Amino acid sequence: MTILIANKVGHKFGGLSAVTDFNLNLHYGELMGIIGPNGAGKTTVFNLITGVYQASEGSMRFKGIEIVGKRPNQIAALRIGRTFQNIRLFRELSVLDNVRIAHYAQANYGILEGLLHLGRYQKEEQRIINNSRYLLSIFKLEQVAGELAKNLPYGLQRRLEIARALAISPELLLLDEPAAGMNPHEIDQLMLLIQWIRQEFNLTILLIEHQMKLVMGICERIQVLDFGETLAVGTPDMIQNHSKVLEAYLGEVPGG
Amino acid sequence: MSEGIIYWLQQALNAFQLGSIYALIALGYTMVYGILTMINFAHGDVFMIGAFFCFLLSSLLGLSFIPTLLLTMLGTALLGVMIERLAYKPLRQAPKVSAIITALGVGMFLENFTLALAPYPKQVPLLLENVTWDVYGISISSIQIVIISLSLLLMLLLDYIVQRTSIGMAMRAISWDKTIVPLMGIPVDLIISITFAIGAGLAGAAGTMYALAYPVIDPYMGVMVGWKAFICAVVGGIGNIRGAMIGAFILGTVEIMVVAFLPSTFRDFVAFTLLMLLIMIRPYGILGKPRIQKV
Repeated sequence: MTILIANKVGHKFGGLSAVTDFNLNLHYGELMGIIGPNGAGKTTVFNLITGVYQASEGSMRFKGIEIVGKRPNQIAALRIGRTFQNIRLFRELSVLDNVRIAHYAQANYGILEGLLHLGRYQKEEQRIINNSRYLLSIFKLEQVAGELAKNLPYGLQRRLEIARALAISPELLLLDEPAAGMNPHEIDQLMLLIQWIRQEFNLTILLIEHQMKLVMGICERIQVLDFGETLAVGTPDMIQNHSKVLEAYLGEVPGG
Repeated sequence: MSEGIIYWLQQALNAFQLGSIYALIALGYTMVYGILTMINFAHGDVFMIGAFFCFLLSSLLGLSFIPTLLLTMLGTALLGVMIERLAYKPLRQAPKVSAIITALGVGMFLENFTLALAPYPKQVPLLLENVTWDVYGISISSIQIVIISLSLLLMLLLDYIVQRTSIGMAMRAISWDKTIVPLMGIPVDLIISITFAIGAGLAGAAGTMYALAYPVIDPYMGVMVGWKAFICAVVGGIGNIRGAMIGAFILGTVEIMVVAFLPSTFRDFVAFTLLMLLIMIRPYGILGKPRIQKV
């Protein structure tokens, strides 16, 4: 069963093709990785899936629903959550509010109730706060819930971004270089965490990563991009031994 | 009390009244800037339309103060949303200067549309009985009390919405990072519409209160008041809601004090000079912070 199918998706910046003929078959519950050299179009793929960019050609179906042409908030409402390569938190909001705000699209009350704090608001707000605190506790952030997001150290900001992405109750989670800037010990912890949240929240996960340790360690399948084109798709073992991949990507890593 | 203190208190009260009206208008400029980084130069004319709504409702329909105020606020709120949808939204991806020119155009449209329908100044009927009390030599009018207390109430309400509600939280989030808010599933267009509705609604309230205090209204009344409120927003730190309120009370005070000591024709000259000096000392405004442009 596939949760997300991309069929011949293309995107151009001006005349320049950032992604061409991108195909993807992502199965329910799968943990898949996208790798490729810098500028290969990995983040562009995430931006196309989440509607930040509009695909100039092709189609993408999520849970059977065509998402090309939909707005980012409509796509998010279908339960696709994501993080960003360069952390994009609401820097001036508290850690708790960063997670709270991501609940509101699904909040079960109307605008007037929200403004006037009437009706279902109180109960719903309590549920949102409780769930936010639960998500923060998973990422060991409950101690800093009241701090402004910008005051957190880098590692905690990365974790907060994942917590926020989970607040929209995603079925598909897109992680853009979650291990960037982490030391080997932190990467080990992150690998365990990713596998744990996948179980706990019943997630399908698609991740972009340069850290081969993480990609080869936890991804079930890997898709390799280069200059916007797919070079190979397969299990970590297959990818590690793929000649085109070695040439384009792993060949650059000393001893890789 | 001594004559001097009474005089000062009287002037302070007058300054507070003027400042409240500036503040209500300045808030609309600052909110729209905060969320779209765009100056809505039609906003002063929305205030003028508010005064004319007030005239229509009170003089033609004969409504009393409270229904007039509420319907005027509702009317300008709808007008604000319409202006954003029809004139600004199509230009959201265009260069900022295009949106600013359009805003100026919308303002002129509103002025001339009103001028076509109402070529002569209109007299708004007396909506509230104006009683003046003498408190230790300071004269306080009922209209003054209504203007000041109603403005403060609206400002507290706004502060509450922005700081305490989910919609306010979404507004603040958009003002920091517009691209990622929709990725949380939040409909940014709806939040922008609500922002325009609130800003224009406050301008409608200001128009009504202005008509209470100065009942002769004309289609160009929003131009100067609008410029001044815009300057209040900049002096306070544009994009910052509390800053807009502070900026407005500073301008109100400066204007009243200039008139108290100098010929009244000096008022705007001195006021604008002082404000320009203030901006030179604090280019980001009183509560404004330099924003680091994200790449």
